[in-house]
Amino acid sequence: MHTSSTLVLVLAVFAASLVEMVEALTIVVAAGVSRGWRSALEGAAAAAGVLGVLVLAVGVPLVHYVPIDALRVIVGTLLLVLGLSWLRKAILRASGHKAMHDEDKIYAETVAGLSSEDGGAPAPPGKGRDGVGFAVAFKGVFLEGMEVVLIVISLGAAQNRLGLAALAAGAAVVLVGIVGILVARQLSEVPENTIKTLVGVMLTSFGLFWVGEGAGVNWPGGDLAIPVLAGFFVVVYFALTALMRTRLPVPAVEVEGATS
Amino acid sequence: MAAAARGLRAFGHFWWDFLVGDTPELALATGVVVALAFLLAGSRLVGAIILPLVATGFLLLSVLRGRRRAPGG
Repeated sequence: MHTSSTLVLVLAVFAASLVEMVEALTIVVAAGVSRGWRSALEGAAAAAGVLGVLVLAVGVPLVHYVPIDALRVIVGTLLLVLGLSWLRKAILRASGHKAMHDEDKIYAETVAGLSSEDGGAPAPPGKGRDGVGFAVAFKGVFLEGMEVVLIVISLGAAQNRLGLAALAAGAAVVLVGIVGILVARQLSEVPENTIKTLVGVMLTSFGLFWVGEGAGVNWPGGDLAIPVLAGFFVVVYFALTALMRTRLPVPAVEVEGATS
Repeated sequence: MAAAARGLRAFGHFWWDFLVGDTPELALATGVVVALAFLLAGSRLVGAIILPLVATGFLLLSVLRGRRRAPGG
């Protein structure tokens, strides 16, 4: 395994986790502010624990018992679906055909929704768990984290580097957690679409590479084909964004929802 | 039993949403790429050129499909 593909693996997992965890943190902070921090943090920690168990329970047997070529086609397929979907959203957002992901809007909506539950009274500090806050934080982290789990398992298993992939995801979770504590809810400052574009490019490149490799296509240069594919899809991203901006400008209608 | 059925349905729903969702053309793209990869097994340059181009073609199609149009357009 070349150092370049290991580096791309770490970057892809780290960036994907970073984006998803920023979204999860928005929900956890909203739950913490509205319903009390204890329940929100417990919910987030419980979801992170369940996701960790999933990586071990699904990833380890995959690495040990599924033939490597079959595994590469399966995970390549998953990565390709995910990567193309992320690239599509990034192109539509960059060209103005889809609203940017707005963390401030999601935060405001979550706080408003939680405040209307039970008359908006958060659990008093130290007086037990608030079920709503726990559930919302758990659901937010679990749902956003599922995509990360799929990426960790797929990329980690296909390269037999499950531990490294999990470590990269864990590092992103820690980084987002620390930044979240420091800047409270300035999450809208994160250049989410740029990161999402890079992740889309990486997942598409890895997916295509592993599908081909598993099926028996001989990539020129072996693993070095991955950065070449990544470069190709960066060019595709800019070309399609420019095409959409110049040839198919956005009509003056209401912007599609920013929360998806 | 009912809980198991609900769980199974939720599991199936998750994978349907994940693989197909509102972009069935991308699921089709992936299927075509996988099929082509097996057809081009053993090839060197042909596979390396065709697979990225096919993926790009489907991506273009999906982006065009997802663009916002003028009312009635």
